[in-house]
Order: sequence, then structure tokens, then C-alpha cells
Amino acid sequence: MDSGYIAQQLANGLILGSMYALVAIGFSMIYGIVRLINFAHGDIVMIGAFTTLGLMETAGLPFPLVAFGVLLTGCGMGILIERVSFRPMRGAPQVTGFIASLGISIMLQNLGILTLSAQPRNFSFPSYMQHILNLGPVSFRVVDLVIILTAFFLMVALIFLVQKTKLGIAMRATAENIDVARLMGIDINKTIMATFAIGSGLAAIAGLMWGGKFGQIDPLMGYVPGLKSFVAAVIGGVGSIPGAILGAFILGLSEVLFVGLLPPIYSSYRDAFVFGILIIILIAMPNGLLGKDIGDRA
Amino acid sequence: MESNRPRYCLGLLIMFMIIFSLGIERTANDYILAIVSFTGINIILAISLNVTNGFAGLFSLGHPAFMAIGGYTTALLTFSMEKKPLFLPDLPQWLIPVYLPFFPSLLVGGCFAALVAQIVGISVLRLKGHYLAVATMGFLIIVQVLLNNADSITRGPLGLNGLEDFTNVYWVAGWVVVTIYTCWKIKFSSLGRSMLAVREDSMAANSLGVNLFYTRNFAFTVGAFFAGVAGGLWGHLITAVTPGSFSLIMSFNIIVMVVVGGTGSITGSVTAAIIFTLAIECFRPLEENFGIYGVGEIVISLVLILILIFKPSGMFGTGEPNFITGKYKPLNPTN
Repeated sequence: MDSGYIAQQLANGLILGSMYALVAIGFSMIYGIVRLINFAHGDIVMIGAFTTLGLMETAGLPFPLVAFGVLLTGCGMGILIERVSFRPMRGAPQVTGFIASLGISIMLQNLGILTLSAQPRNFSFPSYMQHILNLGPVSFRVVDLVIILTAFFLMVALIFLVQKTKLGIAMRATAENIDVARLMGIDINKTIMATFAIGSGLAAIAGLMWGGKFGQIDPLMGYVPGLKSFVAAVIGGVGSIPGAILGAFILGLSEVLFVGLLPPIYSSYRDAFVFGILIIILIAMPNGLLGKDIGDRA
Repeated sequence: MESNRPRYCLGLLIMFMIIFSLGIERTANDYILAIVSFTGINIILAISLNVTNGFAGLFSLGHPAFMAIGGYTTALLTFSMEKKPLFLPDLPQWLIPVYLPFFPSLLVGGCFAALVAQIVGISVLRLKGHYLAVATMGFLIIVQVLLNNADSITRGPLGLNGLEDFTNVYWVAGWVVVTIYTCWKIKFSSLGRSMLAVREDSMAANSLGVNLFYTRNFAFTVGAFFAGVAGGLWGHLITAVTPGSFSLIMSFNIIVMVVVGGTGSITGSVTAAIIFTLAIECFRPLEENFGIYGVGEIVISLVLILILIFKPSGMFGTGEPNFITGKYKPLNPTN
């Protein structure tokens, strides 16, 4: 096991981590603002992947336009879900929203099966994206580079948005205290809707990346990235955006290293490892690495 | 004054179950009998989750994990001696000569599930609300991974098949009655009252002397016991247990029954489980004949969301209907 192998594994972890990060940010933002664990978030990833397939192969649009279209579709789905399902339930016990999101998740998956069939579909990016680059001992495809760069760009843009713009300030105020924010003249409904739109848009982009990375998509594909990104958000501290990013990279790296460095018989225990971490974090440090103490978890 | 009505209702229920089982066993074909058994198993599952979820307010997604534990335990105990070396060549030595009849196996399966629930509960039950839900979901996934990988005992993803079809309408009917009786007794005992108190306001309950940890753990364990029994019944009904069948979808289905019936209401769980199973069976031919797979799930999740929006308390709320309790004032402190 040489250093080149480890460098390659680290690069893989970084790629996986940046995809988790895009999904985990949405989880964290939505939790931060309405205290809702949105189980349907992973299925936005699936919708993003299928939108990519539709726009790229059926409509034949160039890649940047496809990405933009996917982002918009994700935003639209987020707004739709919030408006139709979560807004009427606002103020109900936390668990109500959670059950509803579970229902939405199952519904989206089965709508996918109904309209797109459960058969996995091949997913191929244009050939220039498949080109293999060598950087010292590490080799990766252009698409991997695009994944990492897009993810970083979006994360920086998001942090700028949350920290500097009026909308971002409104979002943070709403997350802090929804009633006081309303008294300060913030339009709560718009702010929450924007949060859902941004989070879901990022998740849809993650779907595009997931398809490009693994080359196959199906209506149930959102389940695993959704769950794992949630774990990432918990590791970083649910509600904190930098925490979600940090947690996603920690999870991506440790998952890849778990599979890459341990003997192969352990690699099928990968999911048990991830969820073992989840339970330990929930019990031992429920606020995660960067989360604030909200005091209603344990 | 305590009404005698629940006792009469129990008597009626037992009589109905005996007549119904005898009648249907003689008249109906295998398909109908299977549906009836599934309905019964779903009733057991819904009521047992209701003890955890409805009475004590512990929102658990891990119910299928306990089903799986009970199902696999029962399957291993009743696995026929001739098939064991063939199916499970790597079985640990001490498990090879073990054989129990069906009923004791079910009990052992349930108790083992309850034991695991005790151990898991010690750590996980400190969490609340959806954090508990997520932790129990993690537990479910870990159990699935372990079942998939413990090849020597579980045959991995293949699962244990070729089980004897021990489960029939009588066993199911018997367990349904036992489940309803036990959970009813729990609900109207002081322990059940403590559970409701813990659900409504754990701090207030604690300051009134309710032991939070004990109460929560008890609710979790009782739920797990019946889930384990239901898992055993289920495995011997479809004559196979596979890791894939004890999934989050199953968790979701049981939760739908509990929410639609009313979290905390035994009557509600029974009604919702019956409606749910029959609805699924109605959708199945529709899906197969027209090739529209997934319609059943879509309708069910839609119903769930509509109920959560427009009637979050479900069909029966948290209480039991007056014609069973015999009281004409709401019995439940929350109403």
C-alpha cells in the first residue's frame, strides 16, 4: 500500500465528500430554519439526475445550460414540496413534518417508478468529460474535477449569500427565532420558501454529479445519498452550513478510507459503519462538531 | 366507576375471532387466507408500534429491525433438521442440534427482540423526537447490514427460505387477541398512564415521580417483543425471511397504519391495519394488470400527507371510542 494509492483514495473521498456536501447543506439549512428533517431531500437528488438525463440526451442542450436547468428544476421542486406539504403543517409537532417528508419521499420514488420505470438507466456525460487526467500518482476524469470545482463554487456562493445578502440575513434571523423575525418585518413564508429552493437546487446539482460519477441512475437512487448526507449534516451539527460541509468531507473521506484501507471483507459493512457513526454522534455529541446547542435533542 | 364494557368487548372479540377463524379456514381459498393472516400480522405490528410510538411518544423507525430479529430467530429455531446441513453448512456448532416447536420459537424470537430492544434502548432512548427516529433508522440499517453479512447463520442476502408454513389463521388470531389484550391492559394501567404523561410532558411527568428511563424502555421493549413475534409469524407465513424485506418501506407502512388510525389508539391501529392491508391487496391486481407499479404506494403516501394536514390526530385520536370503554366522557387526559 503505497502513498500513491492513499492519495488516490483521498481524491476519491474528496469527490464523494463534495457530493455529500451539496446535499447535506440543504438538509442543514432546512433543519436550521424550520426544525424539520426533510427525508424527501434525497429524492431531489434523483429528480436532478433524471432532469440531467432528459435535458442532455433528449433535448441535447450544452452542459452549462443543463446544469442551470437542473438547478432551476431542483429549486422548483423544493418550492412545490414546501408549499403543498410542509407549509400547511407548520406549527405541528416536529415529528409530523418528519413523517410527512417520509411520505413525500416514498411518493416521489414511486412516481419515478411509475413514470420512468424502475429499470436503471445508463448515464453518460459527453466524451470530453470522460477524459482521464493524471496528476502525479492520482488519476481522475474531467467530470471528477468538474464535480469538485462546481461544489466548491456553489459552497462559496452559498456562504456569501447567507452571510452578506439581505435574504441570507433574513434566513439567519428566521433560523434564530421565527417569531421575532416576523416582528422585524421579515416575510417568513418567502424566506422559508427560498431556503427550500436553495437547498433543493443544490441537491439537484448533486444528482447531476452523482449520475456523472457512477454512470447509472434509477428512481430509488436518492435513498443512499440522502441518508448519508443526513449523517454528514449530523456530524457537522445540524443547522450549521459550514458544519454540513465539514461533516460531508469527513464522512466522504472516512467512508472511502474504510473501504480502501481495510481488508475487502469489511467493505460490505460500509453502511453499518456510517450509521454506527451516526448513532454514536447522536448520543455522544448531539450538537455535532460546529452546531449550536439547541437543547431539544437529548 | 370502572365500566365492565371493555371486558364484554374482549369476550366478544375472542368469540368473533374463534368463529371467524373457523369459518374462514373452512370456506376460503389459500389466497384469501393469506390476506387474512397478513391483516392480522399488520394489526399486531401496528398495535405494537403504537405502544412505543403512540403511548410513550417514542418515534421509532426501527420496528422492522425487531421483526427481523424475531423472524430470523424463529426461523432458525424451527428450521428442519434435515435441511440444516444443506442450507447452512457453516452454522455454529451449538446451533446445529437446536430445534423448538413453533409456539416456543415465537416466544423465544419475541424475547430475543425484546432483549435487543433493552440493550439498544439504554443508549438510544436518551434521544427525543426525530433524533430518536433517525437513530432507530440507523439501527435498522445496521441490522440489515449484519443480516446481509452473517452468512453462516442467515445465508446473507439469500435469506432463509423453505420454512415450514406453520402460520395459519388460528395462530394469527390468537396473537392478535393477546396483543390487543396486553396493550389494552398496559394502556389503562398506571404504567400506561405514566407513558402518556411522559409523552405529553416528560419534565412534568418526571417531577411527579415517573421514572422516565424505565417507562420509555418498557414501552420500547413491549413494542419490540410483539414486533419479534409478528416477524416470526410473517416469516412462517411467506415461508422465507430475507434481509431486504425488513426495510424502511416496511417501517413506513407500519407508521402509516399508526398515524392513520390515531397515534395512541388501539382501536385506531386495528381499523387502520385492516383498511391498509385490504387497500394494498386491491392495488396489487391493478398494478399487475395495467403495469402501473407504484400506484399503491403513491396513494398511500398521499393519504398519509392529507391526514397529517387535515386530521393529524388520525381516525380515533389518542383515545378509544366510547362504545368500547363504556365511558361517555373522554377518558384520555389529552382530550
